[in-house]
Amino acid sequence: MSLHISAAPVLEPRTLAEALDLRASHPEAMPLAGGTDVMVYLEGGVIDPPRFLNLWGIAELGGLSRTGDALRIGALVTHTDVVRSPDAQALAPALVEACRTVGAVQIQNRGTIGGNVVNASPAGDTLPVLLALDAEFELHSAARGQRRVPAAQFWQGYRRMDLAPDELLVAVHVPAPSPGDRTFFRKVGTRQAQSISKVVLGARVRLDAATGTVTEARIAYGSVAATPVRCPATEAALIGRRRGDLAAAADTVATEIRPIDDVRSTAEYRLAVAVRVLRGWLAAV
Amino acid sequence: MKIEFTLNERPVRVDVAPMARLLDVLREDLRVTGTKEGCGEGECGACTVLVDGRAVNACLIPAIQLRGAQVQTVEGLARSERLHPIQQAFLEHGGAQCGICTPGFLMAAAELLHREPHPSRAQVREALAGNLCRCTGYQKIVDAVAEALS
Amino acid sequence: MSASTLQPAPQTPPALALVGQGVVRTDGHAKVTGQALYVDDVRPEGCLYGATIRSTVAHARVTRLALHPDDAAAGVVLVTAADIPGENVVALMTDDQPALASAYTKHVAEAVALVAAPNREQALAAAQRAVVEYDVLPALFDPEVSRGHEIRLFGADNVFSHLTIRHGDATGAFANPPAGSRVVEGVYRCGHQEQLYIETQGMIATPRPGGGLTLFGSMQCPYYVHKALKRVLGHTDFNVVQAVTGGGFGGKEEYPSLVAIHAALLALKTGRPVKLIYRRDEDLRATTKRHPMRARYRTLVDAGTGRLLAAEAELLFDGGAYNTLSPVVNSRGAIHALGPYRCDHAVIDALMVATHTPPNGAFRGFGAPQAHWSAERHIDRIARVLGLDPLAVRRTNMYRDGDRTPTGQVLRDVGIGIVLERALERAEKPLPPRLAATRPGGGGPAARLVPSRGLALAWHGCGFTGNGEAALKGKADVALEGRDVVIYIASTDIGQGPETIFPQIVAETLGLPLARVRNAPHDTAQVPDSGPTVASRTTMVVGGVAQKAARKLRDALAAEVGFDGDFDRMLAARKSTANLRVQAEYTDDGSLVWDPKTYQGDAYPAFGWACVIVDLDVDADTGEVFYRRLVQATDVGRAINPVLCSGQLEGGALQALGFATSEELVLDAQHGMRNNRLTNYIIPTALDAPEMETVLVEIPFAGGPFGAKGIGEIPHDVPHAAVAQAIERATGAVLDRLPMTPERVLAALDTAAEPSA
Ligand SMILES: Cc1cc2nc3c(=O)[nH]c(=O)nc-3n(C[C@H](O)[C@H](O)[C@H](O)COP(=O)(O)OP(=O)(O)OC[C@H]3O[C@@H](n4cnc5c(N)ncnc54)[C@H](O)[C@@H]3O)c2cc1C
Ligand code: FES
Ligand code: FES
Repeated sequence: MSLHISAAPVLEPRTLAEALDLRASHPEAMPLAGGTDVMVYLEGGVIDPPRFLNLWGIAELGGLSRTGDALRIGALVTHTDVVRSPDAQALAPALVEACRTVGAVQIQNRGTIGGNVVNASPAGDTLPVLLALDAEFELHSAARGQRRVPAAQFWQGYRRMDLAPDELLVAVHVPAPSPGDRTFFRKVGTRQAQSISKVVLGARVRLDAATGTVTEARIAYGSVAATPVRCPATEAALIGRRRGDLAAAADTVATEIRPIDDVRSTAEYRLAVAVRVLRGWLAAV
Repeated sequence: MKIEFTLNERPVRVDVAPMARLLDVLREDLRVTGTKEGCGEGECGACTVLVDGRAVNACLIPAIQLRGAQVQTVEGLARSERLHPIQQAFLEHGGAQCGICTPGFLMAAAELLHREPHPSRAQVREALAGNLCRCTGYQKIVDAVAEALS
Repeated sequence: MSASTLQPAPQTPPALALVGQGVVRTDGHAKVTGQALYVDDVRPEGCLYGATIRSTVAHARVTRLALHPDDAAAGVVLVTAADIPGENVVALMTDDQPALASAYTKHVAEAVALVAAPNREQALAAAQRAVVEYDVLPALFDPEVSRGHEIRLFGADNVFSHLTIRHGDATGAFANPPAGSRVVEGVYRCGHQEQLYIETQGMIATPRPGGGLTLFGSMQCPYYVHKALKRVLGHTDFNVVQAVTGGGFGGKEEYPSLVAIHAALLALKTGRPVKLIYRRDEDLRATTKRHPMRARYRTLVDAGTGRLLAAEAELLFDGGAYNTLSPVVNSRGAIHALGPYRCDHAVIDALMVATHTPPNGAFRGFGAPQAHWSAERHIDRIARVLGLDPLAVRRTNMYRDGDRTPTGQVLRDVGIGIVLERALERAEKPLPPRLAATRPGGGGPAARLVPSRGLALAWHGCGFTGNGEAALKGKADVALEGRDVVIYIASTDIGQGPETIFPQIVAETLGLPLARVRNAPHDTAQVPDSGPTVASRTTMVVGGVAQKAARKLRDALAAEVGFDGDFDRMLAARKSTANLRVQAEYTDDGSLVWDPKTYQGDAYPAFGWACVIVDLDVDADTGEVFYRRLVQATDVGRAINPVLCSGQLEGGALQALGFATSEELVLDAQHGMRNNRLTNYIIPTALDAPEMETVLVEIPFAGGPFGAKGIGEIPHDVPHAAVAQAIERATGAVLDRLPMTPERVLAALDTAAEPSA
């Protein structure tokens, strides 16, 4: 029973170039990928844009491929596509795991990685993983061509991001792991599927092959702040620690995130769980 | 706006708002009402249909994205009088109680069985996790899907 | 002592052609092909769409009520209480609830007025932007405060129902405790629970060509709607027809009366058919829920064995703003308050209080799931305090034949021992591989999962309490129409199976194939009042009446043709082609004695018995509970259709697991549901649900058709208690409040002692 059937017109570019031109000439038009966020906002009366820009079907926005030492994931690649991609399974298992927890099959079949990134929900499940994997976002505009923004600089505030009104997200680049990399994804949600995260963790440590000490660490959470966040102090605390002696570093998390109470959980729970799930993984690395 | 697509292997043409939901296009414009609405926001799966072979929520698909698409609904599962094996399995195992969730489950199951004719029970549960049922506790639904093609 | 020496051995029932067979449900084909017509699938010619203007505050005088000027100009129709031709009341147990609260509202989301417009979006928008101004009054949300408060909600003291069951001499027992006895006390709580039928409430009112109205919609009880509408319209020139109904669980017992009244008022005012379908968020905010409860138990027990010597139980329920069926919930809660355990000296005090919260109402179990929660948690507490095994304490106390219940009823054919043994047999099999290990995003081997098992026992009175059935005299007609037999009953199929079970009973009784027996549409113009589709009574009580009617039909046919024999031979000998229709009504043998004033006597004609064993993992880092396996053994009397019967038990058990760990209402300042979306009110998915094993135990009830008992509610009675026990066993965390959300489990884990197992 749609409360707000939108009568808004939809722009229908067939190519990326057309899409970028329309994006520039109609900055008020809301891009529409798989629609799994947009349609819910419409149903709830949360948005009422004067126009939409349909991206679904634009070939240049699709495609998941391995290029050299990185994975290139087109913005329109669905979560299902990621889950079923042998390249993604090989190079970014934590991302595959994250995509597998987005909603359930119907959502994964339609929802896109680009939509997840630009929707910029603090609970977006792929986002902490993209932070942990040092992903980069390829943004295009008709006027300025393309640029790349590291995930760590992309989300700037509550649903605010480094994306100009005339830009589109075209692809997500995920660097291939180094041999010493260990990655982890953990989602603690409201249930086992169709679940919004209460806490979601994406993590990576790089271990020196000879000594087993951590040389690089990325610890990122969703649902604990207005944006997905990295935990630099915890990352720093991990550097130089030896495998088997990592778990204690998890306590540092409590000093750098300040989650809140909402309809789904409490600040106290989120904080406790953020620390514990990380500790559990670090102990098992 | 005029939009043409294929519904259960027959071409259809509708004149609807571009952002109209596939669910309303089916139920209100085409009067094909086997696809149900339980929430309107992607949570319950009662509106599950196949678009180009993939299970999706019809409440979340805008009409504009249907141009040229192959849409399959519960009405398209049976071949004339012959039920699809998953329909038959639902009957035999008692997978439908009140039945409001059933069309959605059947479509999600149809996608799974097409991909994986002999799924494990864990695979079945994962594939059906986007469909809520409040009557069955899922046991007989999982039974039906796991054994549909065996 | 083995169970069989204590309990009647279930008899192997005689093999029958249809009864006891898992025949495919007769409405199954329509449901799997998408042809079944639910209310929203129907759109009468010229249909308008209705929507409801709802209050946004808990307690207020409405000072202004008007459409938005644009909507008024566009011809949107407004209906207020002033448009009601008869009385402004939703007639049910009492007349306290208005059909439209156009002047004075007692809870948030209450229907203040209605609108109709040519399309749904316009109607919804008009309802949303209608102007309603309030003179806000102070509201009471806490039943403990509300009781006797000067702000009046109901009667003289805001109490919907208060009853006390006295058995033996509890006061005396507590005053003179025997040596070696000990007092154990506890407090137990449950929150609201939403029925969450997947089809929201909906109704269509259509003016009939010859005058009057037809109401067509989603409902459990066409005659409840009929009775309520009669008062509002002031006449009976209408009929009520059940559409295929997408789940009810009690949520479509009394509430559809309100939806029907509203649709009817809109149709009357506009002269057009009007369709009123609730949005999910509206349905969640406005409709009834399971009653929250706080219970205080004080028991005197034998310290060596945990035997119950005396008990005092106080149950306090929040009824919400109107009475609805709350007294029935209070009553059932009280009667089941001590669980399936004998206690010779008991006082049970049950209180149902009004608050300015949306009314709570019927929901599978009617107070018994809350009462069992306290009873089972209390037994676990006794075991904990005394250092005994919880199962041993259960075995010590569980009923045996000849025991008396708190109402003084002497129990026969007690099945609790046998269901316990049957469930234990199944539970001892090796556990299936963990689902949790492959859970997406579950952390894999890094997750610290503690496996555990919990067990709980239930009893459930079948049918109405006391002399309810005798007073109601539910009716069923059976008619010969051509070569077919048609059953006319008001009992509806809301998924649980009467469209199949009634034909099975009648076809079996007449020796006909199933294909020649069917139910007539549940249309009050055609069917007699069989009583409501509630209280686990449909198969056991109305099924019995239908069986009686079938026998009457056979007798009538025999009388007509002059001999009694094979039904088809009698049919062949028949000269007339006219329909032959007979009616039967409920009567009992008068052996049940019940005093509603003292709450003493035979509370129910029969009891069902159940044992539930839940295997789960507790995540020690997150407090999440992952269900692995659920075994239930349930005495069903006789499973008319084992597939449908076990389907009921499985569905009920999962609802209880939702109640256990995830289903919770988050209330706003006005006590409206804040999490009124399916993304935030969390019911289990297929990944959350355990694998289930369901054992049907058949201890026949002579008063039920072929021995059948009611089974609709018992599966919801104790799985949540088994979960609490399992969590405690695994972690030492004691949870006495529902739901046991991960937040609460984690907090309890942190205060708990070291794991004991
Ligand atoms: C029932 C349900 C369950 C869900 N569960 C989860 C979950 O578990 N975890 C989770 O993270 N999310 C979940 N979601 C949210 C949603 O499915 C995901 O965020 C999904 O990835 C969004 O992708 P989309 O293609 O559908 O985005 P859309 O809805 O099409 O777009 C989302 C936003 O991104 C913008 N946008 C999309 N593509 C581009 C682009 N290429 N360039 C610029 N802007 C763009 C749009 O304008 C819009 O603002 C759920 C949603 C539903 C309905
Ligand atoms: S109606 Fe589409 S998912 Fe519920
Ligand atoms: S059968 Fe009723 S909701 Fe699934």
